[in-house]
Amino acid sequence: MRIALNVNGEPREVVAAWEGESLLFVLRERLGLPGSKNACEQGECGSCTVYLDGVPVCACLVLAAQADGREVLTVEGIAAGDELHPVQRAFVECGAVQCGFCTPGLVVAAHALLEANPDPGDGEIREALAGNVCRCTGYEKILEAVRVASAEMSR
Amino acid sequence: MITVEATLTPTTLAEALEMRAAHPGSVPIAGGTDLMVELNFDRRRPERLLDLTRVPELAELGRDDGAVHLGAGVTYTGIVERLGAAAPALAIASRTVGSPQIRNRGTVGGNLGTASPAGDALPPLVASGASVEVASARGRRTVAAADFCVGPKRNVLDADELIVAVDVPAARGPQQFAKVGVRNAMVIAVCSFALAVDARSRRVTTAIGSAAPTVVSAPEAEAFLAGALDERDGWDRPARLGEAELARFGDLVAAAARPIDDVRGTVAYRRHALAVLARRALDWAWTDYARSWA
Repeated sequence: MRIALNVNGEPREVVAAWEGESLLFVLRERLGLPGSKNACEQGECGSCTVYLDGVPVCACLVLAAQADGREVLTVEGIAAGDELHPVQRAFVECGAVQCGFCTPGLVVAAHALLEANPDPGDGEIREALAGNVCRCTGYEKILEAVRVASAEMSR
Repeated sequence: MITVEATLTPTTLAEALEMRAAHPGSVPIAGGTDLMVELNFDRRRPERLLDLTRVPELAELGRDDGAVHLGAGVTYTGIVERLGAAAPALAIASRTVGSPQIRNRGTVGGNLGTASPAGDALPPLVASGASVEVASARGRRTVAAADFCVGPKRNVLDADELIVAVDVPAARGPQQFAKVGVRNAMVIAVCSFALAVDARSRRVTTAIGSAAPTVVSAPEAEAFLAGALDERDGWDRPARLGEAELARFGDLVAAAARPIDDVRGTVAYRRHALAVLARRALDWAWTDYARSWA
């Protein structure tokens, strides 16, 4: 199987992918983009959150063939070159990272929230991040980072 | 390991139905929220996959003759955004599905295809009298949502058929959906309950999720409520229902369930929780009716 997709603004091609494999496998193992994390492989943890045609999804639940011809934005494409996105900067500044495994998914989910709703209330933040699990349970700092990024982005 | 043959990627419904007929062993995939888990965990190796995400007919959402025509491939996010007024119970249930990422992919067609009694969309479809449009290269047929699932993970779909759409009668009164799980997000229902008040036909209809082999309604609870409302002219001069009536309704709903003990809950807990959910859902919906619909 051959699929052609656009990843982080660049056209990419994958050859000989197994028919049943996920977009997450393609990103990590075939395209060398390990930012999206592979944890639960059942859509429970959100660590593999990417944009597919502008919509945040779990890459582990997208069949690779379904991404053929589509646009994918991964955590690697969130920053503008060396300039961190305000969401990424806020995660660093607030110490919203413990082991860091859930961080890429949370960065994409928080990015998606703030793109749609630049000034969310706490309830909206919690709901938007409900599909992203942090097993270090550092949720307070994560909420704080989203508030800080929101303030920065709406300034 | 069986090699999976090339994935079929139709771009029209007619093409999808031809492919389905030519490859009865193919497994349809839409949002992938159920099927990809089985592939990822090596639990299932279908000989072929049939990707339905490029079929525009399945993504249609329209309205005619007092019914919502909901394409099988419309996502839960789409339902939440667009059907809050026309199909409130379905919209409420859709909002409880998984997480934002899951709601962005999961579809009602997938819920019906998987046919789990815990599918969140199913009780609202049954309570609101929806019907399922099914098609094959041989033709089309319509099946009542209440008759579509015939057992856990079993439905009436033939090997060459696809679920095309669901027709949901537009709400003619308040509707509710409530579900019990260990947290608000990312849970498979321990049990759930949907209720639809029809102000025109003067009926209240019910459906119970995740507490029987399929989604079932609670006819005795419906009959009890109909009688109680008739007796005191409740439809024309509605007042809040009394505690005793609400409790009786809840008990009759719980009695209509046929739950099992499993990893998510026990028979006793499910019955207890259903009585509570049904009592609350009725109180919310009837209070709403008395205030805004009568």
